[in-house]
Amino acid sequence: MLLGTKDLTFTYPGQRTIRFENIQLEEGESLLILGKSGSGKTTLLNLLSGLSSPETGEIKINGQDISKLSGQKLDLFRGQNIGIVFQKPHLLAPLSVMDNLRMANFFSKKKNEKLKQILIDLGLSEKVNSSILTLSEGEGQRVSIARALANEPKLILADEPTSSLDDENAEKVIQVLKEQAKKIGAALIIVTHDQRVKNHIQKFIEVKSS
Amino acid sequence: MNLIKLSWKYLVFRPFSTGLNVILLALGLAIIIVLLLMQEQLEKKMNEDAAGIDLVVGAKGSPLQLILSSVYHIDFPTGNIDLEEARNLSRNRLVKNTIPLALGDNYQGFRIVGTNLDYLELYQAEFENGKSWSKAFQVVLGAEVAEKLGLKEGDEFMGSHGISEGSHDHEANYYHVSGVLKPKGNVVDRLILTSIESVWLTHEEDEESEEMEKSISSEITLNGLPQSEEPKEITTLLVQYRNPMAAIQLPRLVNSRTNMQAASPSFEMSRLFELLGVGISMLKGLAFVLIGISGLGIFIALYNSLKDRKYDLAILRAIGASRFQLVLLIFMEGFILTFLGAIIGILIGHSFLALIISQNQTGVMVSLQPWIFLKSELWVVAYAFVVGVLASVIPAFTAYQTSIAKQLTKA
Repeated sequence: MLLGTKDLTFTYPGQRTIRFENIQLEEGESLLILGKSGSGKTTLLNLLSGLSSPETGEIKINGQDISKLSGQKLDLFRGQNIGIVFQKPHLLAPLSVMDNLRMANFFSKKKNEKLKQILIDLGLSEKVNSSILTLSEGEGQRVSIARALANEPKLILADEPTSSLDDENAEKVIQVLKEQAKKIGAALIIVTHDQRVKNHIQKFIEVKSS
Repeated sequence: MNLIKLSWKYLVFRPFSTGLNVILLALGLAIIIVLLLMQEQLEKKMNEDAAGIDLVVGAKGSPLQLILSSVYHIDFPTGNIDLEEARNLSRNRLVKNTIPLALGDNYQGFRIVGTNLDYLELYQAEFENGKSWSKAFQVVLGAEVAEKLGLKEGDEFMGSHGISEGSHDHEANYYHVSGVLKPKGNVVDRLILTSIESVWLTHEEDEESEEMEKSISSEITLNGLPQSEEPKEITTLLVQYRNPMAAIQLPRLVNSRTNMQAASPSFEMSRLFELLGVGISMLKGLAFVLIGISGLGIFIALYNSLKDRKYDLAILRAIGASRFQLVLLIFMEGFILTFLGAIIGILIGHSFLALIISQNQTGVMVSLQPWIFLKSELWVVAYAFVVGVLASVIPAFTAYQTSIAKQLTKA
């Protein structure tokens, strides 16, 4: 089992506690996290990526309980094992496309000779050395996927990756995510309420603030 | 890819803000460096030029003027003193040695100084070629004079009356260059030295036409005070004390009992630096204010850019960067800014001094070296780094505190 969670809860100050369903995920599997806006989907994603820590419960990724990690170790673990795709691309504007990917390698202390191949696979072969400022929204999102893949993570987390894209680009992004996850044998979790995504991935859990 | 490269990319991503901060810092540092270089070198030079001269005796007037004119050869002399009176003083038991100086002429702005061979010895002058004067109207050139005027051993030139350029020429007399001195970096470099008698003769012939026989005058004094049957004048007398007691008694004696005045180079120079001190410390203050402002500029630039970059920082954390690395990233930007500022500041400072020096043909400034690097410049750089670090502390702390989860889910 690649990812397993047990009895996760999280409370925002002054709000009701959110309880999350347990998740079990094998290598190469995909999972959707569905739910209404404000139900805590992104919160779950933050917990899974170790960006925030749960009130109770445990998260095991590749055998490692991430709530036991702290500080620098957690940052490094995240960099090496989890690739995150955000709603917006959030690329580092001063750097070129390639340097954005290299940055991921630098901080997670990994080496990846296949960065260029990833960009080619994502249809960005023309943009390898382009400035981030010249990219379109769809291209930007694909670069951010490439960055999430740069460290060959075990787990790919995507937060509404298609919400600001048109049909064509959304289709491309989902395809690319699925293909690449399969290629490196990573588990894929997508938080979404986008119908276009639901058509591609069957397994899902629903987050309800109860 | 590494942190330094990333910081650099962020800096060049906003070139105007970066450029402004670097220039502000560089200007502040440049002013300090020019001041340091001038102060250090001028003081050193002043001390060197005055070494071995305990007291200067000359005509009454401003003591500072007396020192400037006869030790450093930059101001006009106060007047002349009677040779007999000077001779009486030189026989005083408190006086170890005296060197007479007779000023009054120049050649293209370089002063012609009548003196004796002791003067050469005082400054440990060595000959590049030729030898010292042995007849009237033979001169020895300082290294800089020879270089600037393109004169060499065996050349001849005509002196002009007055100690600055542009006065009328003494038509009858040609000076013959008997030797050129090696450059020593002191006052002698920019002097034309000759015997006292040469200076006297120039002026006598001017006044009394040419009825005087040259044969009488061709005898010159190489050491000690010149002999003369008629009353003659010299400009100043450089005095060395025989013992420390002389420092107390001799100036008082000269000032109260003779028509001459005595001035001590070390005392007058420290008085001069005291007077100039106000201006120098004001300039220094201005420079430190500039550096302070540039520090503030760096702080504001970093702080503002952080606001735009909170996402970037969160992203960096998300791809594996630790808090500490983000702090390093911000500090690195401050460091690079101050480092650039320091390097450019030092370059501007030295180049500016080189420019000043190249604009001055004959003054004291000429003998300054613009490309000497002082230890105190390292302190200036260190100070700049401290400013850089201080300016980065708050932005770095903000970066440290940035909560990634909050930042990334805010959109």
